[in-house]
Amino acid sequence: MLLKDEVAIITGAARGIGRSIAEKFASQGANLAIIDVNLEAAEQTAGELARQYGVKTMAARTDVSNAEDVDAMVKKVLDTFGRIDILVNNAGVTRDNLMLRMKDEEWDLVININLKGVFVCTRSVVRHMAKARKGNIINIASVVGQMGNAGQANYTASKGGVIALTKTTAREFAGRNVRVNAVAPGFINTAMTEVLSEQVKTEMLRQVPLDRMGEPEDIANGCLFLASGMSAYITGHVLAINGGMLMQ
Amino acid sequence: MSEAEVFEKVKEIIIDHLGVDEADVKMEASLVDDLKADSLDTVEMIMSLEEEFQIDIEDSEAESLKTVGDAVRFIAERSGK
Repeated sequence: MLLKDEVAIITGAARGIGRSIAEKFASQGANLAIIDVNLEAAEQTAGELARQYGVKTMAARTDVSNAEDVDAMVKKVLDTFGRIDILVNNAGVTRDNLMLRMKDEEWDLVININLKGVFVCTRSVVRHMAKARKGNIINIASVVGQMGNAGQANYTASKGGVIALTKTTAREFAGRNVRVNAVAPGFINTAMTEVLSEQVKTEMLRQVPLDRMGEPEDIANGCLFLASGMSAYITGHVLAINGGMLMQ
Repeated sequence: MSEAEVFEKVKEIIIDHLGVDEADVKMEASLVDDLKADSLDTVEMIMSLEEEFQIDIEDSEAESLKTVGDAVRFIAERSGK
């Protein structure tokens, strides 16, 4: 087991990619804090993973963009588990619109949760990691944060910001043995992409050399690699998991 | 709290953060030059001092704390109020 007895906080972990990451980590022996805005769903996921994998889990409702909320959550995790080894900043939302139609509220909401949320959660957790001289942070970015996407000014800007924030955090805390990396998923089969029309999906798949949508587990596998000692010499990296959609 | 009492607690925090010998933590020791604190160490120590003594230390004030003695005198005065 690659993460035996380590403690991981995963935001947006009740469903989708976050849940898949949580399940992968649980399968490798990690104890989990399942964080989500939907407490009921978080508790359900926490309960299921605890039963299935025999690890300790807890659930909390947290608005990742609210510092008070986040600090209280981190305290609860420390009170419960006594340590934090891994933080996965996965919580994210979309409010797509062409720029000329995009409202300030749509911009602000997405930037607040996707970008400020990563900053707030990182600031709260990294303090304890720096003190422990050990830690691992994984930020979920997106391929569109690297290449842009019409109709997603807010989302692409937030994810591009997450990539830059990943590199800065990696530089600030490298001396404290805290590694910080990002994963940039491509076109993944989740609730976020489910709502797209068949026409849009066909159009997007045409850009993917491996000719299929990614599955949440494809992302979880990358996260496991970055969370484990297998990637001990990797920090500040953006791991592209996109079926070849963008090659850099 | 007297300066001597503050010094003992500050010394503990410095040793905890920097892993230096107790004997090197003197009032006149410079945090950066003598005790080899980097910028992140300094921020972490300030946060620990704020917690320990239940005070707020502004960034501008933190910058003026160059030696162990600067910190001790600052805290003794601030927490005495």
